[in-house]
Amino acid sequence: MLFQQLGSCTLAFFQRLGRANIFLWAVLCGVPGLIFRLRLLIHQVFSVGVLSLVIIVVAGLFVGMVLGLQGYYTLVDFGAEDSLGVMVALSLVRELGPVVAALLFAGRAGSALTAEIGLMKATEQLAGMEMMAVDPIKRIIAPRFFAGVLSMPLLAAIFSALGVMGGYLAGVGLLGVDEGAFWSQMRSSVDFNEDIMNGVIKSIVFGVVVTWIAVFEGYDAVPTSEGVSRATTRTVVYASLAVLGLDFILTTLMFGEV
Amino acid sequence: MANTKNNLVEARGLTFQFGSRTVFDGIDLDLQRGKVTAIMGPSGTGKTTLLRLIGGQIRPTAGTIHVDGQNVPALSRRALFELRKRMGMLFQSGALLTDLTVFDNVAFPLREHSGLPETMVRDLVLMKLEAVGLRGAQRLMPGELSGGMARRVALARAIALDPMMIMYDEPFTGQDPISMGVLVKLIRDLNEVLGLTSIIVSHDVAETSAIADYIYVLSQGKVVGQGTPDELHHSESEWVRQFMKGTPDGPVPFHYPAGDYTEELLSREEFR
Repeated sequence: MLFQQLGSCTLAFFQRLGRANIFLWAVLCGVPGLIFRLRLLIHQVFSVGVLSLVIIVVAGLFVGMVLGLQGYYTLVDFGAEDSLGVMVALSLVRELGPVVAALLFAGRAGSALTAEIGLMKATEQLAGMEMMAVDPIKRIIAPRFFAGVLSMPLLAAIFSALGVMGGYLAGVGLLGVDEGAFWSQMRSSVDFNEDIMNGVIKSIVFGVVVTWIAVFEGYDAVPTSEGVSRATTRTVVYASLAVLGLDFILTTLMFGEV
Repeated sequence: MANTKNNLVEARGLTFQFGSRTVFDGIDLDLQRGKVTAIMGPSGTGKTTLLRLIGGQIRPTAGTIHVDGQNVPALSRRALFELRKRMGMLFQSGALLTDLTVFDNVAFPLREHSGLPETMVRDLVLMKLEAVGLRGAQRLMPGELSGGMARRVALARAIALDPMMIMYDEPFTGQDPISMGVLVKLIRDLNEVLGLTSIIVSHDVAETSAIADYIYVLSQGKVVGQGTPDELHHSESEWVRQFMKGTPDGPVPFHYPAGDYTEELLSREEFR
């Protein structure tokens, strides 16, 4: 009994993974065509990216401020509070920026994408489009997918920038770290290729994975209200887990000196 | 039904299995050009599935479906999309795109496929909306429409590309008597005026009999009766007569199959 269930669960998992991959391929085939449909893409960048700005900005600012506070209390014991800028900037650019922004993105934009697509399926809008000889993957999914992939690195960059500002506010403004040391140490220690570009690569990977999960869950949802709500939950859970797991792998590849 | 050239849709030995359930078991259908043909049957006989098979959204397990001479299940995706441009389908819910206005919904297939200049699209959309009597509602969003109006907008959208046929999925379900009357009239009139072929899937016997030229009655995966509405009302099959008249008990029993009533009431078996 147990083995039977284990087997069928594994099979179902791989079947779904296979469907997700075929789906991703179909979506990617639809992406080049977006050049002729820029308005569709811009509309989606607005609803996926711009509408996520508030939460990204606020979260970035506060994460940076907390980093500034906690970093100061640890560094000041060693008389190294001048390195606060480096600490804040590196932890944001390398890790927290891409990861936390991706987690917030999964919660804000990913769930919205899944729910929207799932409801379109439940109300026969996708089937209706297909019967009008319009491919819903090209018309509905591809712009949303590409908008997510495009928005994620930008949101992560905004998150990091605001985090640095938050660290500055807390460290320099509140705790009296030397302003010159804060910025100059940051400038000399943060490397463009090594740190910033690796962070950008991470956020691109997260953007692809989170948006892929979100649109697939929506498209594959059971077309009932219960099915859509389950799919939305799954998007947030799977996307968050994928981001955290991938972050570990990417960090090992990028910064691990083995 | 001898002249095959006269048939727009022809199904032969159509079989469709969903999981272990056989939805259709080798049915034959001939839908004549220019006629209104109804597919009727109790809920759950897969009438909607039949439309999806004709539209090529799902593939049959066996058998052929020819639409205008082309075997739908064997078509490539591209050819299928070309064929679908000549098919209109009216979904039960209307399936309007909720983020577009009524006008943009009707314009949608024209903008996607016709490549016409926007001024001409506008004229065409206004003509289609006028035909269903909703030109005044062009700026409303689908959420602001009543169910009957949504179906009429969907109908305007379905005829936007001047298709050769329209498939109606349960067009009368859940409509008030006035919307029902409007839809009955529209379906019949559009069929005459535009020279369409219409397929109606429905279980509303009275409305469907009023406009259909020919009716197929399906039950449990088989065609159990066919003919003009008149012929069916006087059918020799007791089952078909029960369905057409809507009597509660007959060959289709009132009770879902169950064990012995007294025995179950008296049994001490735990309820699970």
